[in-house]
Amino acid sequence: MLHRYPRRVAIIMLALTLCVAVFPLWGPAVFGDQVDFIQEKLTLMVILALFTMSLDLLVGIVGLVSLGHALFFGVGAYTLALASPEYSAASLWWMLPLVIAVAAITAFVVGLLVIRTKGIFFIMSTLAFGQMFFYLISTSQFAGGTDGLFIMFRPSVTFGETTLLDLSNSQTFFYFCLGLLIVGYLFMRWLTRSYFGQVLDGIHDNEHRMQALGYATSGYKLVAFVIAGVLAAIAGMLAAMQYGFANPVQLGWHTSGEVLMMLILGGMGTIFGPILGAFAYEILLYVYEHLTVHWPILMGLTIIASVLVLPRGIAGLIIAPPWNRKKTPVAKEQAAESVIPPNSIQRNEG
Amino acid sequence: MDLAFFGVQLLNGLQYGLLLFLIASGLTLIFGIMGIINLAHGAMYMIGAYLVYDLNLRLGNFWLAIVVAVPIAVALGLIIERLFLDTLYKRDHLYQVLLTFGLILVINEVQRIIWGGDVHSVAVPSPFDTSLQLTSNLQYSVYRLFLMGVCLALAAVIYWVIRHTRLGIIIRAGAVDRDMVEGLGINVRTLFTLIFSAGVALTAFAGMIAAPLSTIAPGMGDSILITCFVVVVIGGIGSIKGAFWGAILIGMAETFGSVLIPSLASMVIYLIMAAVLLVKPRGLFA
Repeated sequence: MLHRYPRRVAIIMLALTLCVAVFPLWGPAVFGDQVDFIQEKLTLMVILALFTMSLDLLVGIVGLVSLGHALFFGVGAYTLALASPEYSAASLWWMLPLVIAVAAITAFVVGLLVIRTKGIFFIMSTLAFGQMFFYLISTSQFAGGTDGLFIMFRPSVTFGETTLLDLSNSQTFFYFCLGLLIVGYLFMRWLTRSYFGQVLDGIHDNEHRMQALGYATSGYKLVAFVIAGVLAAIAGMLAAMQYGFANPVQLGWHTSGEVLMMLILGGMGTIFGPILGAFAYEILLYVYEHLTVHWPILMGLTIIASVLVLPRGIAGLIIAPPWNRKKTPVAKEQAAESVIPPNSIQRNEG
Repeated sequence: MDLAFFGVQLLNGLQYGLLLFLIASGLTLIFGIMGIINLAHGAMYMIGAYLVYDLNLRLGNFWLAIVVAVPIAVALGLIIERLFLDTLYKRDHLYQVLLTFGLILVINEVQRIIWGGDVHSVAVPSPFDTSLQLTSNLQYSVYRLFLMGVCLALAAVIYWVIRHTRLGIIIRAGAVDRDMVEGLGINVRTLFTLIFSAGVALTAFAGMIAAPLSTIAPGMGDSILITCFVVVVIGGIGSIKGAFWGAILIGMAETFGSVLIPSLASMVIYLIMAAVLLVKPRGLFA
């Protein structure tokens, strides 16, 4: 899992990052009048990439399939909306720590309950807890019910009297999100290669063996759950800033399903794959929406096809292109996996 | 709350719980024996309701509509199992979740194309379109009583099949150790097709008989799916008994929750689930 990737991965990712980063230079020439709209879309993709990456820590690295990850996305969005003063901007210096703290506490409490379950049970209980918060928010008075809440001002980033970043400027906000995504990516890279990450990888491969080796696996899984929740909440906060509102849809289970789709489309367990997945999903969505009003059919079929044909996603194609698959270590890993009895995972549950 | 009102709520809760059981039993069988998590289960409930709405208009008879709709539902189950799930048995749950989520998108949109986004209803069919006079100002719909009877009869049939037939022995053995069952010479492939079609038929049938009591609307399958997940988590995976008592518990909790504490009604079932997870992470009957 944590083997080094071929050099082309780094080259492709750097090239894409650069391409996105200098968008203001080439955007107007390509998109003309639509450039502002496209930049907003790009910002959204960057935010969703961070969200998808946070889910990769659970699904790809630890092997915990969560169908309630939107819960934390929503926690970030609603913390921002509820804590922002109505007629002035909040300061990011306390807003960001607040979002992190609220998300960490929520993830810790939910995690304590769901970590006790495994396999299908984990999927169902994360889904159910996500829906519990969905109903809590969408029937509540304080959070605006199904209408959600509006955020009039994006938080300010000041030092003393001087404004460091003006987030209400869409270009500054775009770079702010891109910066956070890069920081998040480097953090995830560091985390998965650290001792902690190695233990998570061990849990993914064989939790019983890790327990036999003396690791308190539940504790490790809980910490991973909290970290993933916090990252998702930061993405949710950014999304709420971008849209200017927090809405129950952001924490509904369709959002959880979509982010899972982005993850599988990009390639799970690779950290860089989810970024590609979020971009690919949003681009496909944009194209499909323009093709037909019945775009969910196309999206559904795309997902079904990618599950059946491309289980390792776009990242799998880059790491092991079909034309030289036999030479790469991933291909061997795939071959080895297919030898493992298919029901070994389920037997651990029972 | 006087006694008659309490009694009516008790009956409503029981009726809702029994309906949930029909849906959850299919879900839990498919989990338990096939190891498949089927998110499209709720969508099939919706398809059942729409089928009966459509056929009722065409044929002019509710009972005839059900007779025609059930084979269609079974056929749909067969097609889905053979086309899509066949490749998924040996793969991680993640892929099952994603594929069936993709199926939901497709099914929901197909529903929109065929029947549109409007809300529909089906008239309560005769001879059950009357109500019983309980007290001077309380009535109870005969159709609800009939529905309870049908659900109970089906529950009894399921119980009998699983406890007292050869197929039931195979199903119970399959839930414990699928490989061993296959090793003993049982054709697991056929068994899976049978279980999946039966599960889909059960949930679609639930949608059909509940149609006169519910509003038929797009997305009606999503909420019932999640409620049934809660039922299965509480009852324990693969356990029909767990699905039964879990369904009754959730049916009662939701009915009484919406009467007694309306502000928290939508949360009650999840709080119960959280409590069960704390005490018995594998469910009450696992």
